[in-house]
Amino acid sequence: MRFTKDHEWVVVEDGVATVGITAYAAEQLGDVVFVETPEVGKTVKQGEGFAVVESVKAASDVYAPVSGEVVEANTALGDEPETVNAAPEHGGWFAKVKLSNPAEVDALMDRGAYEDYLGTL
Amino acid sequence: MTDTADLKKTPLYDAHVAAGARMVPFAGYLMPVQYAEGVLKEHLWTREHAGLFDVSHMGQARLRGVSPLSAFEEITPSDFIGLAPGKQRYSLLLNKKGGIIDDLMASRPDDDGLFVIVNGACKDGDFKFIDNELAPQVKIERLEDRALLALQGPEAAAVMAKHAPDSLTLVFSEARAMTAFGLPAFVSRSGYTGEDGYEISIPGESAQAVWDMLLADPRVKPIGLGARDSLRLEAGLPLYGHDIDETTSPIEADLSFAVSKKRRDAQDFPGASRIAKELAEGPSRVRVGLKILEGPPAREGAEIADGTGAVIGKVTSGGFAPSLGHPIAMGFVPPAHASVGTKLNVIVRGRAGAAEVVAMPFVPKRYVRKL
Repeated sequence: MRFTKDHEWVVVEDGVATVGITAYAAEQLGDVVFVETPEVGKTVKQGEGFAVVESVKAASDVYAPVSGEVVEANTALGDEPETVNAAPEHGGWFAKVKLSNPAEVDALMDRGAYEDYLGTL
Repeated sequence: MTDTADLKKTPLYDAHVAAGARMVPFAGYLMPVQYAEGVLKEHLWTREHAGLFDVSHMGQARLRGVSPLSAFEEITPSDFIGLAPGKQRYSLLLNKKGGIIDDLMASRPDDDGLFVIVNGACKDGDFKFIDNELAPQVKIERLEDRALLALQGPEAAAVMAKHAPDSLTLVFSEARAMTAFGLPAFVSRSGYTGEDGYEISIPGESAQAVWDMLLADPRVKPIGLGARDSLRLEAGLPLYGHDIDETTSPIEADLSFAVSKKRRDAQDFPGASRIAKELAEGPSRVRVGLKILEGPPAREGAEIADGTGAVIGKVTSGGFAPSLGHPIAMGFVPPAHASVGTKLNVIVRGRAGAAEVVAMPFVPKRYVRKL
């Protein structure tokens, strides 16, 4: 699992990245009440907003941690947005992205580096 | 970004931090937006039990003087001369154009003058305005050494019974000086959540002790500003600086109840000509409640469109309603689109979501009006 400074995580399997937000981000957001996942077929660029997560109080962008094509979205979050809080790094994933530039993943933080980064916040 | 070093702290700052609060800048203070359980659970707890809020950032003052009741009528549309001792009234400070400078609660203690509570973010401006307009007839005594707690929810009265027996003699919109928690307190049966409950003004140095006494009761939990906002939204209550401001008239804001009959007849308050005209002919826009039927919450600033896609207004506050399980919003639309049942759209991130005008409050108020 790799991590961004914007608190997204990525797990790559066969050139496809599963993407979600970290437990830290889910805790900061508070109770998630609405999730907007990207449409399948959409091309995303690393760093651009590609999903939205809303808590009771506020809407927040989720930034694509990698570039590529969205091949699957976790539409179950439409009915059960609270999964993002309950299992942010498992069932609460947002989308699967077919990588167009696998090297982007290598530049992301590993868990140790991400935890060190959280310590600086 | 506000430098937190410039922010003030209420006497309960340490208590909030100890209770696991997330502190945020609000109205010039560092205030708890939520505690460990989060906004959703805090909101529902208040609806089912009793929520304790620190609202010490709000402005408390006594207005005294030669004839403070009639003087206060000069800058508000309320009948304060007719306000009986022990009664409280929701009112508005109005500018000369009939716009709302702030909304406030004013009560008449048994002795002289008025006890007023105004919004924290507005308090310095409000008190300066009152002083400019009404001195030397009226003297403002700011009660900055007093804390203000709100205890809200269906179990609030039962909790108060053991600490302030006299509070049980109050009904909604009554307020009195009394001994509560063994202290000289000023207690009103009111609040801004739609629930039965109390606002309790006590000496700041005793706030921590009162806070601890209340939280020792298993029916009481501390509730942050996040849930305070979602509770007042469900109750259909406007928030100053969002749903109402200096451009909004009481009639547009659906607050015509705050313009007393006596004052309507006399037309002797600031902006009376505009307000009389809007009462007679209807305003050009009006505050409505919206149920969001599909899609994401529509928040402040989202456009409201009619069935043809034409933009007809804007959302002034909105969010997810924890008690209802779907998003709701308030906004301003022309009267032709304001009837309950009218189908509208809210534009969120460029996409139109279906919405419907519904009656407010969104969640029934549970004020205790009779003992």
